[in-house]
Amino acid sequence: MKIAVCAKVVPEQARRIDPDTKRLDRSGEPTLNPFDANAVEEALRLKGDAADSEVVIVSLGPERSLDALRKALAMGADRVVLAADEAAAGSDLVASSYALARALEREQPELVLFGQQANDSDGAVMWAAVADRLRRPLISQVAELTTSAEKVRGKRQTEFGYDVIEAPLPAVVAVSDAINEPRYPSLKGIMGAKKKPQETVSLTDLGIEAERAGETGSRTEVYAIGEPPPRGETQKLEDDGSGPEKIVEFLLERKAI
Amino acid sequence: MSTLVFLEHHEGELQKDSLGVLGKAVQLGGDVAALIAGSGVEDLAAQAGRFGAAKVYVADDPALEAPLPQPRVDVTADLVRSHGFDAVLFGATVLTADVAAGLAARLDAGLNWDLVDLTEEDGKLVGKRPALDDTVYVDVGWKTEPKLALIRTGTFEPVQSGGEAEVERVEVRLEDFSTQAKMIEQAHEESEGPSIEDAEVIVAGGRGLGGPENFALVEELAKALGGAVASTRAVVDAGWYPYATQVGQTGKTVAPRLYIAVGISGAVQHKVGMQGSNLIVAINKDPNAPIFEYADLGVVGDLHEIVPKLTELVNAKNAAHFPRD
Repeated sequence: MKIAVCAKVVPEQARRIDPDTKRLDRSGEPTLNPFDANAVEEALRLKGDAADSEVVIVSLGPERSLDALRKALAMGADRVVLAADEAAAGSDLVASSYALARALEREQPELVLFGQQANDSDGAVMWAAVADRLRRPLISQVAELTTSAEKVRGKRQTEFGYDVIEAPLPAVVAVSDAINEPRYPSLKGIMGAKKKPQETVSLTDLGIEAERAGETGSRTEVYAIGEPPPRGETQKLEDDGSGPEKIVEFLLERKAI
Repeated sequence: MSTLVFLEHHEGELQKDSLGVLGKAVQLGGDVAALIAGSGVEDLAAQAGRFGAAKVYVADDPALEAPLPQPRVDVTADLVRSHGFDAVLFGATVLTADVAAGLAARLDAGLNWDLVDLTEEDGKLVGKRPALDDTVYVDVGWKTEPKLALIRTGTFEPVQSGGEAEVERVEVRLEDFSTQAKMIEQAHEESEGPSIEDAEVIVAGGRGLGGPENFALVEELAKALGGAVASTRAVVDAGWYPYATQVGQTGKTVAPRLYIAVGISGAVQHKVGMQGSNLIVAINKDPNAPIFEYADLGVVGDLHEIVPKLTELVNAKNAAHFPRD
């Protein structure tokens, strides 16, 4: 089985939004989105020892993302395809999902895997947009995944309990971070990763029109960046035995009981 | 402005968050319609009318029985194409996030997610989105119509307007790929005691309890306060407490009058699920626990000492208010 894992490279410590570009400051050390490591791990588990199976990492981002994507190769993935193009900078969901879908169409995987969310944007929406563009069935938030030759079955948590959903392959699956514990790359894996195929493609290579990429291809925008609403005063006290009384006094004072 | 609100339902009830978003749409003004998609759901239309929808579109089809997103994308896209809504709003859940994102791709429409407010400024719709662990609030907008928005759970309260909606059934046309994913099994666990989403008072227990047996401390305090018991991702993953009680990023978002966090460090994954609480009290032995940064009252100490005594004091207060004869 050919499995594509859609991975995002995020700044290790994203702590500010650039006030000029109104984009996330990506100057921090680039790293593989930790939630995507669960998707890589799951792909490697499904691949197992099957010689005819392949795990390919598909990503969008600047060229320097390759360093961080190599972690997935060190874990055991077979190769990387990175759509790197200046013109794609500032892409929102509409533009990114379009580019990702084009990159995936080129690969024709039987299974496309996503991690639970992007650590930088807190987005948890990409898979449904990509599934729609690929016109493939979708199972999201999967905490237990099984596959057969023609099908994929996922168990997931929702607000109301558990669902078990089944879909024929090819399919798109987003896994929750509860699905597994991603392995640490071994030294051998890290050494071997450098030799694995790492391909960079441009938007033109993927047949993506300029007007569908980057900010031009995006449908959302950022107007302003502000402070969060202030929370009232906080107090902290050490329990000297009077903690319970202090709590009750506080609750009475605030008319909470 | 014409707005369509996607209403989620579960076991014959429209969901509170969906109705809250409907209320917000009505407040923003313009024509407000709602969409209910499911099987045997026509009766829910009247409910939507009482909560402010002037018009309710009902997509009723056996293929919409299971709460799966892709057929709902088809139905919503058809409706938006034929009626040209300016905005389509969703209360965010596991289901609606996938519907909204699928719709964004289908219509090449902008989607802003995790919004905690919607306002109209100079005739422009503006969404408020917390980012970077809620340390900044970003004003976001849309360049084209329809404008799609996912609203964070617990953001808006439903408002009963007592109105009556005009109901229209819509034709259900589904794409081949949309019906390929099938629901094989649904196991909906019911939590005991009041549901945490509706509770006025919540007492939540975390890993600091030390073991599942110590949830009794939390349960007794909740009982004394007439509240519900909640938990964290860590204790649910450890199998100490049911998922239905989990608060946080991958669980529920709650906003009770009073939230007492017991043995919870309060990392951002938990914070996003409860920071809307009116009053937060935290009990934790680690003075550096993040929860002390946003708890209205934080007590550093041994929960095994503090909680039973607190329960006793609350029970004594209750007894004083309601003396037994």
